[in-house]
Amino acid sequence: MAMTEDKVKGGGFLLGSQRPEDIFTPEDLTEEHKMIAKTTEDFVKNKVVPEIDYIENHEFDRSVRLMKEAGELGLLGADVPEEYGGIGLDKISSSLITEKFALAGSFSLTQGAHVGIGSLPIVFFGTHEQKEKYLPALATGEKIAAYALTEPTSGSDALGAKTTAKLSEDGSHYLLTGEKQWITNAGFADVFVVYAKIDGEQFSAFIVEREYDGVSVGPEEKKMGIKGSSTRTLILDEAKVPKENLLGEAGKGHVIAFNILNVGRYKLGVGCIGGAKRAIELSAKYANERKQFKTPISSFPLIQKKLAEMAAKTYAMESSIYRTGGLIDDAFQNLSEEEQKDGAAVGRAIAEYAIECSLNKFFGSEVLDFVVDEAVQIHGGYGFMAEYEVETMYRNSRINRIFEGTNEINRMLVPGTLLRKAMKGELPLLEQAQGLQEELMMMMPEEPGDEPLDQEKYLLANAKKIFLMSAGSAAQKYGEKLQQEQELLANTADLVNEIFNIESMILRTEKAMAKDGAEKAAWKVLMTEIYTQEAFQRIDSLARESLVAMEEGDSLRTMLSILKKLTRHTPINLVAKKRELAAGIIKEERYVV
Amino acid sequence: MNIYVILKRTFDTEEKIQIENGRVVDDGAEYIINPYDEYAVEEAIQIRDEHGGEVTVVTVGDEEAEKQLRTALAMGADKAVLIEDEEVEDGDTFTTQTLLAAYFKDQEPDIILGGNVAVDGGSGQVGPRLADQLGINHVTSITSIDIQGSTAVIEKDVEGDQMMLEVPLPLLVTAQQGLNEPRYPSLPGIMKAKKKPLETLDLDDLDLDEEDAEPKTVTKERFLPPEKQAGRILDGDEDEQVRELVSLLKNEAKVV
Repeated sequence: MAMTEDKVKGGGFLLGSQRPEDIFTPEDLTEEHKMIAKTTEDFVKNKVVPEIDYIENHEFDRSVRLMKEAGELGLLGADVPEEYGGIGLDKISSSLITEKFALAGSFSLTQGAHVGIGSLPIVFFGTHEQKEKYLPALATGEKIAAYALTEPTSGSDALGAKTTAKLSEDGSHYLLTGEKQWITNAGFADVFVVYAKIDGEQFSAFIVEREYDGVSVGPEEKKMGIKGSSTRTLILDEAKVPKENLLGEAGKGHVIAFNILNVGRYKLGVGCIGGAKRAIELSAKYANERKQFKTPISSFPLIQKKLAEMAAKTYAMESSIYRTGGLIDDAFQNLSEEEQKDGAAVGRAIAEYAIECSLNKFFGSEVLDFVVDEAVQIHGGYGFMAEYEVETMYRNSRINRIFEGTNEINRMLVPGTLLRKAMKGELPLLEQAQGLQEELMMMMPEEPGDEPLDQEKYLLANAKKIFLMSAGSAAQKYGEKLQQEQELLANTADLVNEIFNIESMILRTEKAMAKDGAEKAAWKVLMTEIYTQEAFQRIDSLARESLVAMEEGDSLRTMLSILKKLTRHTPINLVAKKRELAAGIIKEERYVV
Repeated sequence: MNIYVILKRTFDTEEKIQIENGRVVDDGAEYIINPYDEYAVEEAIQIRDEHGGEVTVVTVGDEEAEKQLRTALAMGADKAVLIEDEEVEDGDTFTTQTLLAAYFKDQEPDIILGGNVAVDGGSGQVGPRLADQLGINHVTSITSIDIQGSTAVIEKDVEGDQMMLEVPLPLLVTAQQGLNEPRYPSLPGIMKAKKKPLETLDLDDLDLDEEDAEPKTVTKERFLPPEKQAGRILDGDEDEQVRELVSLLKNEAKVV
């Protein structure tokens, strides 16, 4: 089936406006979705959590056993088609599993690497024979998968890999030689997806079994966090890989690598939602229990402020990430059965939302880092003690900003992809930016209405104009050389990110209000208001910094005055709003939504 | 075998109970299958897997209770019946028992399993009363059951001791903790549950009038247990401490 006309383009949220009914929100979960989430949560709480201390101590036989138990419940097969022994569920189902597995701390890495970067390359890009051979055992947890891309000298520069593959003299095998570093699950994985260059040139993916001659692993790494995940070097010394284990086409490994990373980035964001919700729950409970000056510390406004900010940011990430999940799921549903078996078509479907996936990744990981940091702070000295769960969460969180593409790389990808789409005519960004200039010169500030979210919608519309003005001006001024202006690119990525978050929250909140009434959506309205106002201040200062860096003289003065007009608004009382939101969190002792 | 489970939708045991205007606030609360009824569902599935037959789960409640029935179907039950009680205001155990009895009149159960007690109302009455209405045997608080032909060999919890019984079928039993470890609904089970039959019945379908099921009890007041006070450490030598303790128990706690 061809892509439908009204299909949402990746990055399309920057232009025009969307209707609440066009986006997926967590309020749209079906009963089956909720049951899947509950099974996952119960399994994690009752089976995994009691073992986590042992697992953190590298008793990995427990991890392997738990993976089998997870497999029996179907928790590893959501993304694997039924004909290959999986369950073939929608992407929202697998997202919920990921979100709930975040409660398993470092064990979530074992599960996540297995079902995600470990198994998906075969699901998306394997031949029928490869799928038939590997997927049934991966879907049940009988075998465990890992993904080997990074090398000691190639991290972000993945294509600079030094591992080589050479066809054997009789043409029956590839001989792989090289070292793959920091491989999650390496201690016990049975199957590795490995990237190597055929004859040192053609970057390609291979399915490598642990039992093959020439495959071995190094010792466990000593890490800052996620200590319960196995991380080792995969050593390939003329590893004998049957030639039918080449995954995808020779020389097309980057298609697999980059698309798998896109999904990985999205899923990393999803995991951050689960972690942040847990940290809020722990913090609210602790703040109610802990008394100082004969008063529960939850009654102190500064603690309340923290809880409110943790929740508002979590709502922002939950709204934007599940919106992305909906987009990806739609893209998959729109693929015909044949296309679903065609790696290139699947790749295109995922690549469409590369921008959203990058946003989810850097925003999700930064929200989680903020949330766990405040969680430790609320716990005071106890938060620094290893017996408290927030101590582990704080250490575990840090890696999220680094792996699956550093947040810096992901920030660079956002404007880079936007520009490419604009050049290809997929997104009329440049046209809109040009049309905008005249409009902006003539523009008079407006007063938004006073219905709920009116001000937020007004700020959002202006934020999009600010983005077009600042990004358009950067594109005009630097052209191809914009690539070197990394600070401007990062500012652009942050603008895009805030726009995506604000819009996702507004649409989600509107959708909920339309369904259940404004009263039931009160927490959502509050969180949208709080987040939008603060994000808009960031948008203002990001745009200002960029404009000052690239313009001067009259042109700069004109642009700054436009910016001033676009950012003029009557601020809301954030102190009061945050206290109001915190009251709900403290009462319920959890993230309220 | 015709295996039936009677189950109830209750608050999640992790929910904080709040009372406003004499009612338990249920806004946004999470609900589950009453944990004791969950043992019953698990045991029913195991009995069916061993002896064949069909497991039907039955509940009395509003349409929201469909979710708990679906959960039981996802665990492996075959059919579900929802008896709607919305027409009866403030129903009590008598109401539930009446509706269930009317339903079971037309069934031929070999065994009915339920929970020992529901974690919300906590009466523990529905099971035994239903058995009485149906004129069949019942055993409460069971921790083990083995069906041998037309007899059930049962271990029953008696205040921490075990009682062994042999009881002929048909029979109603209620489950105590320790009977089994309920399974989680697996993902394939959840997807299959969507397609399993779920029948909804109201008073008319059961040939009942509202008056037949009207509650026999009135709830006068609901209140939370008193909040736990901080502990106190008594000063002085042993004699003084004992005297102080006796005085506190007498005058403050009023327990001696």
